[in-house]
Amino acid sequence: MEMPVPNPSIIARKARVVQRLQQVLPADAVISDEQETRAYECDALTAYKCPPMVAVLPYTTQQVSDVLRICHEEGVPVVPRGSGTSLAGGALPTADCVILGVARMNEVIETDYENRFIRVQTGRTNLSVTGAVEEHGFFYAPDPSSQLACAIAGNIAMNSGGAHCLKYGVTTNNLMGVTMVLMDGEVVEVGGPYLDAGGLDLLGLICGSEGQLGVVTEATLRILHKPEGARPVLIGFDDNEVAGACVSDIIKAGVLPVAIEFMDRPCIEATEAFAKAGYPMCEALLIVEVEGSDAEIDHQLGLISDIAKQHNPVELRQSKSAEESAKIWLGRKSAFGAMGQINDYMCLDGTIPVSALPHVLKRIGEMSDHYGLKVGNVFHAGDGNMHPLILFDANKPGDLELCEEFGAEVLKLCVEVGGCLTGEHGVGIEKRDLMHVQYAREDLDAQMSIKDIFDPAWLLNPAKVFPLDASETRRTVMLAAE
Amino acid sequence: MMDITSEDALVDAIKGAGTPLAVQGGGTRGVPKAGTVLSVAGLSGITLYEPGALTLVAQAGTPVADIEAALAQENQRLAFEPMDHRGLLGTTGSPTIGGVMAANVSGPRRISVGAARDFLLGVRFVDGQGVVIKNGGRVMKNVTGYDLVKVMAGSYGSLGVLSEVSMKVLPRPETQAALVLHGLDDAAAVRAMAAALGSPFEVTGAAHDRACKKTMLRIEGFETSVLYRLGRLRDLLGNMGAEITVSDEHQTAEAWTATRDVAVFAAAKGDVWRVSCKPSDGPSLAARSQAEAWLYDWAGGLIWLRCAAGHDLRQKLGAFAGHATLVRADSETKARLGVFHPENAGVARLTSALRAKFDPKGLFNAGLMEHAA
Repeated sequence: MEMPVPNPSIIARKARVVQRLQQVLPADAVISDEQETRAYECDALTAYKCPPMVAVLPYTTQQVSDVLRICHEEGVPVVPRGSGTSLAGGALPTADCVILGVARMNEVIETDYENRFIRVQTGRTNLSVTGAVEEHGFFYAPDPSSQLACAIAGNIAMNSGGAHCLKYGVTTNNLMGVTMVLMDGEVVEVGGPYLDAGGLDLLGLICGSEGQLGVVTEATLRILHKPEGARPVLIGFDDNEVAGACVSDIIKAGVLPVAIEFMDRPCIEATEAFAKAGYPMCEALLIVEVEGSDAEIDHQLGLISDIAKQHNPVELRQSKSAEESAKIWLGRKSAFGAMGQINDYMCLDGTIPVSALPHVLKRIGEMSDHYGLKVGNVFHAGDGNMHPLILFDANKPGDLELCEEFGAEVLKLCVEVGGCLTGEHGVGIEKRDLMHVQYAREDLDAQMSIKDIFDPAWLLNPAKVFPLDASETRRTVMLAAE
Repeated sequence: MMDITSEDALVDAIKGAGTPLAVQGGGTRGVPKAGTVLSVAGLSGITLYEPGALTLVAQAGTPVADIEAALAQENQRLAFEPMDHRGLLGTTGSPTIGGVMAANVSGPRRISVGAARDFLLGVRFVDGQGVVIKNGGRVMKNVTGYDLVKVMAGSYGSLGVLSEVSMKVLPRPETQAALVLHGLDDAAAVRAMAAALGSPFEVTGAAHDRACKKTMLRIEGFETSVLYRLGRLRDLLGNMGAEITVSDEHQTAEAWTATRDVAVFAAAKGDVWRVSCKPSDGPSLAARSQAEAWLYDWAGGLIWLRCAAGHDLRQKLGAFAGHATLVRADSETKARLGVFHPENAGVARLTSALRAKFDPKGLFNAGLMEHAA
């Protein structure tokens, strides 16, 4: 993965930049020692590492503003960081950058149950937002699988999803307002505890902009009351295509499950060996979860089971209790860990129209044979968000590159059938050079022209999202102007 | 007036335009016109509909009625419940899906399922230099690049002219009913609606008609589930001191169409404003509005106010968390007060830079969204 050559004139000014940052931040908030900056050398895309020049961990919006103003004046690139759980390299540093981590900004500012919102500092973790409101029966809906660790700041930057977004939507559908600091230090308030923008929907633009438009320091989030209960049904099929047809029929029947998860045979075998959840050995497995009171759940699971029966399932297991539910979810929740036991893996998240599922799974199988790399598919079937896990051996020379090539082919296939490169992880560096596959030059120009407005010098997370050749002029204008 | 029937023709029309264009779908939403009318109503047709994937793609000029008819055949719907402005504004014509999205038109169900913008998955549009730009796609989860889809929704044609939209649709529930609380004042009604929305019983509409002191809470779903939740809500709200009745499926459908379209103001004279606010602020805002009449939707977070012609509602409300949009007034009043709420300085600078970038010649609905300084 190519990254821009670090700017030696910036690195030469490190002492001066550090000194200026120390003037506006507490002593423990500026990390410049080469050993200590290593802690920030990568995110969850661990194949790529580069220690930053400096890392800062401010406590307040004002401090974030001061840091950005100084970096703007000094022409230093800034890479914002939430908890560093990005699978796409969204928080990967460059050697000439300042990493701006919001981890110490984790306070709850306001909870309002009557108006159903919470205001938090964005370093707060996703799960601890729910933690702050659950004693009143409320929760924050988007639930990325890293929710124990990932920060709201990163959720907003990547527009994170989760298993339950078929019903509750992703981050952008649950975000009501932000405080954002622009690269020149200006603090902007967008939205608030009311619905929809009066003018242009900047909030929608900010969410998912991968930390390239500004640093979001506070957020107003929609909270909901928890459902009375939730239970899944597990359905096994001996054919992927039939499983896909069943998903489509469930959706068409007017039942709107909160989640529809799909696992294929390689994934079932791996998780069964690892977690012993008692899954049937079959080609495809669906876990369909619905919510409501006990009677409502029974009714909906009954409808789903009736639909499934028309497709001759090899297994149909309706959960009747919390224990049975936990057992059904156990395998799915350990799927990534199970695959990780076998080998290193790369997780993609291309999204496809549900109707293309059988074709795409067949093609992935053929590619797997061609590349000689095993792949397991776990997948949010209700919304077409795939998660092929390609196994490779990081210690075997050339295997990572082979795996990346395979992954790129899968993502191209997702676009070819009417889908997209990434459904919830973001582009980062991982899918940056594939953006041409999904978007024409004009489409990318339109997106980049938005960054021109928010960050004219292209200092915020500059080497992400857009192919380096597409953004080169803009980034080098920045260098020349310095 | 220019009638556009293809995206290519749209590109040519914009490239050839030297003076401002008034971008129009069905022309039913009372958007003030300045310049030559550019109508995309002829850019019509559903291009793809996959009921099993809950997605529909249509050209921007496709009548909403055509889309709703196609969806009804598969027992699906546009869940965000777009308002029909014709009754309130006295306009004629056929609302288009492009118009719905360009104005981010959402109805009572916005509080539970989201706004039009939340259902818009992808767009094709032509910017002010005649460049065709696509963004998003036709899948429900898509974080590939910046989300221009959201910013196009509610941009009123000021950044570009939509040529095609791709949307998420949802199943139509088996039935619906509503719990109606009688006799509550504004503050009590907003408290009752907050309690209902803060329950697990999935209320999909919460409105209060102040004139007849009726507070309506809508429940949708399978029949047994609707009955169950009506019962639980009735228990929950039993201590409000209100008489409680239940409206059946047919009455509920009628009442919510009327709420969606603000039917009570259709025949009455005066300007109509739409205020989005924090729900619990609703009653105090309404009280200081000096409006002649008002009603609440979105559990109090949306107030429709009818005021004397020319009344400067924003001045009466003063500073508050939210925004006030002037929906119905004569063109002099709309020009004087501005249709849209003034933005804070930071947001205003960014939005005006966005307009300058996407529409450098100032062709599209010039000045509509900008507030007279």
